Amino acid sequence: MRIAVLALQGAFIEHEKMLARLGIPSFEIRQRRDLDTPFDGLIIPGGESTVQGKLMRELALFDPLKDRIEKGLPVFGTCAGLLLLAKKIDNDTRVHFATMDIVARRNAYGRQLGSFSTEGEFRGIGVIPMTFIRAPYIESVSGSAEVLARVDGKIVAARQGNQLVTAFHPELNHDLSVHTYFANMISGQ
Amino acid sequence: MENKRFELNKNLAQMLKGGVIMDVTTPEQARIAEAAGACAVMALERIPADIRAAGGVSRMSDPKMIKGIQDAVSIPVMAKCRIGHFVEAQILQAIEIDYIDESEVLSPADDKYHIDKTAFDVPFVCGAKDLGEALRRINEGASMIRTKGEPGTGDVVQAVRHMRMMQSEIRRIGSMSEDELFDAAKQLQVPYDLVLYVHENKKLPVVNFAAGGVATPADAALMMQLGAEGVFVGSGIFKSGNPEKRAAAIVKAVTNFTDAKMLAELSEDLGEAMVGINEQEIQLLMAERGK
Repeated sequence: MRIAVLALQGAFIEHEKMLARLGIPSFEIRQRRDLDTPFDGLIIPGGESTVQGKLMRELALFDPLKDRIEKGLPVFGTCAGLLLLAKKIDNDTRVHFATMDIVARRNAYGRQLGSFSTEGEFRGIGVIPMTFIRAPYIESVSGSAEVLARVDGKIVAARQGNQLVTAFHPELNHDLSVHTYFANMISGQ
Repeated sequence: MENKRFELNKNLAQMLKGGVIMDVTTPEQARIAEAAGACAVMALERIPADIRAAGGVSRMSDPKMIKGIQDAVSIPVMAKCRIGHFVEAQILQAIEIDYIDESEVLSPADDKYHIDKTAFDVPFVCGAKDLGEALRRINEGASMIRTKGEPGTGDVVQAVRHMRMMQSEIRRIGSMSEDELFDAAKQLQVPYDLVLYVHENKKLPVVNFAAGGVATPADAALMMQLGAEGVFVGSGIFKSGNPEKRAAAIVKAVTNFTDAKMLAELSEDLGEAMVGINEQEIQLLMAERGK
């Protein structure tokens, strides 16, 4: 198994370190030719969704990645990655891949003073640490998308087929369980 | 609880990595910066080149102007306060700024003490020109560091000097034997535990950006290859001939900073760069403020 990490902007190295701890090889996607390397899953890291969305389009990554996601490539988006996968962002006119039946709310907890960390129940894993940095949350899911975690009633993790999203940042904590969950999605367990 | 806040503030800096933070003076410029791919903007009344030209005392910007920029964009908004001016910092915290830059670009308000940044919930970024300064600022509560460079000059030489100095000192600490770290802490005038962190991790405990004098995509890529985790661009964008194009090119240069072919394309046809002043020609070295 090899996992590609979108490395245009944001906390991509943190994801690579988590994968390394799991013994899963990874590599960075920074431009079109990086797509020539075969991979079994894709991680879209935290950062700014506006920056990543723009760079993906200008570096000719957007269409080929969207195509692969639509064809079932397992993908895991954290924070900005969640926004890039959402079909709709209710306080932003921009949408990106729009491959997942979720409505997201950007900067839903406000500015940096609203950032927080907590622990919450993640379906199929148990209680895990959750760090929210200027985070979005999911207002609603539809179709075959299912809720995996809620904090204070807000949806903060969801899955639809091979797409997994979290509003929080598992890559900022030591707990490997969400990355393990994604690896198991890839291997089909 | 206090410690948790520091972690969250370091985490926000992690999300900015690989990105470009741009100085803007109006909501219109902020929108241009966001559209060009800035990962955050620094709201200030005058960019460093104009501060330098105007002379006199330079202070925190009008909160109304900062709020105008907060309303204009969805990315994080930073603003500067004077070194040691904790009341300006309190004001910036009150308007929920995402990051405070305790900056040598403004006139220092205190020639001895920096702000006790541990007393705040909002994060601080501080300038440093060597490892000692960086670790002293971190000890005071800074959750992000940038090189000082020499703001408003369009001359990258000092940012290069500061980044090279920091990286070489990090390598030196990294290769020391453990019993030498106590003396290193004494020489650097910083706490032992921070020196131990650098020794064990071969990096600063917080994110480290380049700043001060970056004017071209090549400058930005140079700083990234020297070990910066992202770049601040101040006067370099809105003092140039074609801000939109230059800003977008610098953003791409930071993402693909080792691809010379792409850097060549990005460097084409950008119009006039900011004129710039050489370090020998300037009267005032801002980097000497706040050590």
